[in-house]
Amino acid sequence: MSGVTRAALSSPTARQVAQWRSATAGLVVLSILLLALLAIAIMAAAIGAAGIPLGRLPAALGLATGNIDPATLARDQLVLWSVRLPRIVMAILIGTLLAGSGAIMQGLFRNPLADPALVGVSSGGALAAAATIVIGDRMLAASQTPLPFGFLPAAAFVGSLAATMILYRIATRENRTSIAIFLLGGLAIAALANAGIGLLVFIADDRQLRDVTFWLLGSLGGATWAKAATLAPFVVAMLLALPFTVRGLDYLALGEAEAFHMGVSVERLKRLSIVMVSAAVGAAVSFAGVIGFVGIVVPHLLRLVIGPTHRRLLPASLVFGAILLLAADSCARTIAAPAEVPIGILTALVGAPFFLAVLLRQRSLVGL
Amino acid sequence: MSPAIEAQSLTVRVGAKALIDQITLSIGQGEAVALVGPNGAGKSTLLRALSGEIAASAGVVRLKGRDPRRYSPWALAQRRAVLSQDITVAFPFTVAEVIAMGTGERRGAAVEALVDDALDEVDLTGFRDRIIGTLSGGEQQRAQLARVLVQLACGEAQCGPGVLLLDEPTASLDLCHQLDLMAIVERCHRRGTTVIAVLHDLNLAALFAKRIVVLDRGTLAGDGSPQQTMTDAMLRRVFGVADAVNRIPAQGSPFVLPHGAQKLARREPALHAG
Repeated sequence: MSGVTRAALSSPTARQVAQWRSATAGLVVLSILLLALLAIAIMAAAIGAAGIPLGRLPAALGLATGNIDPATLARDQLVLWSVRLPRIVMAILIGTLLAGSGAIMQGLFRNPLADPALVGVSSGGALAAAATIVIGDRMLAASQTPLPFGFLPAAAFVGSLAATMILYRIATRENRTSIAIFLLGGLAIAALANAGIGLLVFIADDRQLRDVTFWLLGSLGGATWAKAATLAPFVVAMLLALPFTVRGLDYLALGEAEAFHMGVSVERLKRLSIVMVSAAVGAAVSFAGVIGFVGIVVPHLLRLVIGPTHRRLLPASLVFGAILLLAADSCARTIAAPAEVPIGILTALVGAPFFLAVLLRQRSLVGL
Repeated sequence: MSPAIEAQSLTVRVGAKALIDQITLSIGQGEAVALVGPNGAGKSTLLRALSGEIAASAGVVRLKGRDPRRYSPWALAQRRAVLSQDITVAFPFTVAEVIAMGTGERRGAAVEALVDDALDEVDLTGFRDRIIGTLSGGEQQRAQLARVLVQLACGEAQCGPGVLLLDEPTASLDLCHQLDLMAIVERCHRRGTTVIAVLHDLNLAALFAKRIVVLDRGTLAGDGSPQQTMTDAMLRRVFGVADAVNRIPAQGSPFVLPHGAQKLARREPALHAG
């Protein structure tokens, strides 16, 4: 990682810029990323507490019939289809949502340091989710009914939306978004949400406590096909919304007034972006908890290679985010196997130093 | 001919303070007008109200016969282009990428040709693939001007002669590029574009515009040719400076040379309670 970081942080020369900033280069990078995602997904399917050697993988997937002992095949298929594949699919979907919302937030706030987990958007979602678990549980305990399945993502979405809107109000004044106020305001929102979560932890019983902790550190441990199926529409919605945001986000880099002068319906773009980010983060948080720094690392690295044009940056970010989260989750479940390291800890271990490096390079921007 | 842009009793308030107070102004298609006035006179505010960026608190603005805020942003962008002051670009876009934003939804070779022409026009040909944030202030200003000119040209190809609004376009330019800018504006003017520029430099205003509009504390303090507006009486009344106007002997064009001029006592601030 350090080699990549060093290379990525040295600024590209004008010649490199010209080479990589064409539509063709964007497609080449996107194709490479998609191939890398496929390769990592195959690796991820093979490794784990119950390993499936690459040679047995096609048979377990039902793509080939080899002379494999039926008992082994049955075991492989069980592990693959009910444990590993849903988890891989969820990692891909959540990585896509987190990186996409990071890239959109950065464009919206005109700020390369924006990340949903860093500025309280994820915490807002997590607070709402935790409140649903602890308080909802108590209210439903009397009637013996379980929490409705879609209720948790909906609550997390509302929490994320509230946090994003408060942040936007705080950070934007008279058509200008202050980067320093944005980061400090985000910090305050995150602190407030975390205080709320702390309070819920305090009143929670043991079982609720386990659930809430899971949300705070992030994990893909409970992956199921049903959860993956709930996440998929959010990814589809993001893909559908992209064509309506990419041009406007480019223009927004010059400021809200300039974007308006060039014909962007700024208010509509802001509304669409805020709803999209809140929905994506809310969905991701409700199934995997708070996973930080994916949203900041991915677009930043890609911007250095293919430039900041959102028409190319956003699609590449979605795929790169999927790669990063899938790789991180594969590490999380293998480095201390059979125990699992919470994925939020891993992404923070890599992402926080990265964030510091970016911050130091952009000191003049923040005015420090 | 109907005016390209007009204001009737236009008032813009922030809280109780009127930044623009009851201004009535009509600018015909193809006119080149300079907006001058002391700091805080409301020049930029007037420009922003005319461009549709901010709403009138009272009164009417019409751009090509219609309230600019009643156009869709895209339709408005095809009828008028705006160059603001001090634009900072948030991400490492290249000069060419920023200029290409002026082309809207166009793609491909046409965009490249428009960008190359605009780069040539503002004398930035070698800067095409530089990251815009690494350029000097004046160079960035010229790159932004190129973007605005491309937007204007694309709009005029669709909707006929447009309106170009410039806020302190010469502020960070050296002498040579100030003259370049004036030549560019002159070319726009000749092909029928209406140009309204906020100018700080009174001499540049007299040189560039056949009509000067003087603003003072949000109200109209003068409107006419340079000879009519740039007088000792105006400078005394609006800027609080006496004996600064001279005339170029041959043509009688006025110019301001503060040598030997005297600064009068600080003016009383006007009451803006609206």
